Amino acid sequence: MARIECPECGHVEETTGLVTVCPNCKADLRSVMEQVGHRRERLREVVSDDSVTTHEFIVRTKDLAKIYKMGEVEVPALKGVDLNIRRGEYLSIMGPSGSGKSTLFNMVGGLDKPTRGTCYIEEVDMAQLDAFELAWLRCRKIGYIFQTFNLIPVMTALENVTLPMIFAGMSSDEMMERGAMILDLVGLGQRLHHKPYELSGGQQQRVAVARSLANNPAIILADEPTGNLDLQTGKEIIDLLKELNEESGVTIISATHDLKMIDVSDRVVHIRDGQVERVENRADIDLDVGSLGQE
Amino acid sequence: MIKADLAKKIYHADTDWGQVQRQITLSWGQAARISYRNVTMRLGRAMITGAGIVLGIAFLTSVWTAKVAQEGITAYQAQSARVIGGEEAALAPGAEEAEAEERSRAARQTWLVVMSLLVSAVGITNSMLMSVTERFREIGTMKCLGALDEFIVRLFLIESVVLGLLGSIVGALIGHGIMMLVYVMKERGVAAMMNWPEMLMYMGIALLIGTILSLVAAVPPAMRAAKMPPAAALQTEV
Repeated sequence: MARIECPECGHVEETTGLVTVCPNCKADLRSVMEQVGHRRERLREVVSDDSVTTHEFIVRTKDLAKIYKMGEVEVPALKGVDLNIRRGEYLSIMGPSGSGKSTLFNMVGGLDKPTRGTCYIEEVDMAQLDAFELAWLRCRKIGYIFQTFNLIPVMTALENVTLPMIFAGMSSDEMMERGAMILDLVGLGQRLHHKPYELSGGQQQRVAVARSLANNPAIILADEPTGNLDLQTGKEIIDLLKELNEESGVTIISATHDLKMIDVSDRVVHIRDGQVERVENRADIDLDVGSLGQE
Repeated sequence: MIKADLAKKIYHADTDWGQVQRQITLSWGQAARISYRNVTMRLGRAMITGAGIVLGIAFLTSVWTAKVAQEGITAYQAQSARVIGGEEAALAPGAEEAEAEERSRAARQTWLVVMSLLVSAVGITNSMLMSVTERFREIGTMKCLGALDEFIVRLFLIESVVLGLLGSIVGALIGHGIMMLVYVMKERGVAAMMNWPEMLMYMGIALLIGTILSLVAAVPPAMRAAKMPPAAALQTEV
């Protein structure tokens, strides 16, 4: 961590080298950081040269591969995936179970380390990050939604939503207010103090969606968000995610094999056998759905 | 369904982000709150973990209570003997042997106490390991939300200190109570003969030992929990 003073507005920023722009006045801090000499080389490593021009892509993977070792046997789960995900996109990753989509999800979310290849989030190479920076990324940049909801069972809906804000160092009052606001947004304004086991599956997933929004993330990663829900509730969650995507411009990356997801996705990436089989744009997909409906 | 103004407030929250907060924190206060939740919500599990400490400390305190009570009685008897005899009581012929026997009895007792404390420490470690395993998914989730390894360790250590302290208090009261009952039946006025400051000191030491033991026993499971990569922690089915 280094303290950097912004030359424009005098704002003092604690940075790990990831933040290169003054949060106050948006001035470029990189030259100052170079002067300070702190993490200079780190910056060069972490931020690739074309960071300014290719910022269109919020996530990029290059030849991403993961091989699991089961005793003596090596099982390749991903065999070199190149994927560019645009900012503000609603992207679905589809594929049968065992195709490697959850593995890809874990790599992109910084939950697991790839065996080969690199994954950039906002042009930051995840492999270069230390534990602290990874935690920072997970806390601030990425919101996670899981198939099994994964709420903390001993905490109320509100406490679940405010947990990431605690880690982010928000003040208590602010946290409660914001938590209640987000829960209200997802339609659970009346259920703030219910424990997860007092809520239905759909409501629990709503809490999870609210929690993923806690720190205003740039990306929401959803791993089979509708997998444990019935048709109607699943549809509601998908609609909610789509609305969030449209209203806030948050990028949504969702691993799924729920066909309802196709409707709302901007692009669908089909994964088979650890590789990208094909990428479909929305226009093509609409036709697919239409023909499905006629059958 | 989304209320536009609400949404606007949330997405463009004008919090003092950049000001302080390019960091990840978990204050001790918040950690204590979460740990407290974990203990009270999983009372059954907590009580099993605590039971090990309760028993160990109860045994330790009962031994010490017996010691203090016995010394009190002996001193009282010696004093009354002096009052009655009016002269220094000469050492009885068998006194030296009795003293040697007393010493070996004390050594045996120390051995027993140390063993019982060790057993209860192993019990707590075992119990904590179970409770960590049960919570793998939860730990993985917390890591996804931005928890550092040390947060996880902190949560488990606070929990174990609280359990250790509560367990020690209960254990000390039980051990002391039972032993006092035994001695009251033996010698009605024993309470008046005892050296209470010494007794309190022993109980304080017992609390300290119980808490520290519980803390030390929880370190290996807590470390294990913290080191799990989030993906692995999330996949575990318990």
